[in-house]
Amino acid sequence: MQGLADGYFVLPYTLQNYLADQITVGHISTDTPEFDEAEQSVRQREERLMENGKRKTENGELHTVDHYHKALGKIMWEYVGMSRNEESLTKAATMIDELENEFWQHVQVPGDIESFNPEMEKALRLADYFELARLITADALHRKESCGGHFRTESQTEDGETLRDDQNYMYVAAWEYQGHGQPETLHKEPLNYEHIQIATRNYKN
Amino acid sequence: MNFTLHIWRQENAKAKGRFETYKVSDISSDCSFLEMLDILNEQLINDHIAHPVCFDNDCREGICGMCGLYINGRPHGNDDGITTCQLHMRKFNDGDEIWIEPWRAKAFPVICDLVVDRSAFDKIIQAGGYISVTTGGVPDANTIPVAKRFADMAMDAAECIGCGACVAACKNASAMLFVGAKVAHLALLPQGQVEANERVKKMVCRMDELGFGSCTNTYACEAECPKQIKRQNIARLNREWIKQLFSGNHKPNE
Repeated sequence: MQGLADGYFVLPYTLQNYLADQITVGHISTDTPEFDEAEQSVRQREERLMENGKRKTENGELHTVDHYHKALGKIMWEYVGMSRNEESLTKAATMIDELENEFWQHVQVPGDIESFNPEMEKALRLADYFELARLITADALHRKESCGGHFRTESQTEDGETLRDDQNYMYVAAWEYQGHGQPETLHKEPLNYEHIQIATRNYKN
Repeated sequence: MNFTLHIWRQENAKAKGRFETYKVSDISSDCSFLEMLDILNEQLINDHIAHPVCFDNDCREGICGMCGLYINGRPHGNDDGITTCQLHMRKFNDGDEIWIEPWRAKAFPVICDLVVDRSAFDKIIQAGGYISVTTGGVPDANTIPVAKRFADMAMDAAECIGCGACVAACKNASAMLFVGAKVAHLALLPQGQVEANERVKKMVCRMDELGFGSCTNTYACEAECPKQIKRQNIARLNREWIKQLFSGNHKPNE
């Protein structure tokens, strides 16, 4: 729950200053090479998604977008949940790659590109989710401590409480996208506390 | 549970629509209405029967206002105070025939099948359904005192999720309950009073331009609203409208 609710509190304090200025920005032209390039790349993705439905296939060879969405959700739920460890995360990383391959080869998107097509919308979104799932898993693998709402089972105290590793992980970080299939780059900003003493929450006494 | 579904199919706004009949079987009584449609679509795709049925949905927890289906002659189906995604198949009987239609209103043209274009609501909000504030840190709670009675009424009005059930239920396709809820929500609070006169004028004018019908006070909107927005908000809208007529502090022809 903490994982879900944090965004609710953080977003209104962080984003609006940036968004407010946008009100003075005029209409942005679509008549630019960047726009053409983006349009072209989306179209290519769409065409690739349509291909499976066009080739000759055996019955039961193709699956719906929902089929793959549920399969991805199940991997995340089982192996990248609130409680995770190196073994489960490594397993998840392989499974996500396999499922993504399978998705691109066997997903069936009915309809066409030009008309209103919610299945296509779902497929494009799911294609992004694979990337996001892989990043979440890579990030969870990278952070070997138990911190916040997440519990690395290898990192716990004798009586089963979360064990942080302030020596190695006292920073906030962001991963920079490096293109499809490329590992993201980690950018760190150390957390230096001057006036407070670092402590651990304890609900027992 | 097994059901026979009669679903409105229409390729786009200009195409001629018709009802098509499909059967779904082995549906769990715990299934939500939209999950039942997911199962139908999976079946339609896998068995190459037809294009999947297009329907709007997003949060599936009753707060986004995207899902809106006319089910057996009632917006959001045969239950009170819920959206379509909160309707469960246990509300039906095994073997039922279910008629599923999109919202029908001039201001909400069909995009495809059960999906309608509700951007008319966005245009009404853009006309005045906001308050102008300086961005920056969020003010602390209680810096502006609001009497409990008004806070409660404003919160009740703010529950509106803009789903369009009020328009769909109304024989005139009037948007008065929606606009009433938005106007009342802001007019009841100190933050909203600064722009209250201009707001009500702009929103009502925009509503009329967009082709919504007039209100004849039958209150089908109130009966079908998934958030049970009260008709008193329509009265407050009329009152705000009359108030701005006499206020004189708005620019004419704006």
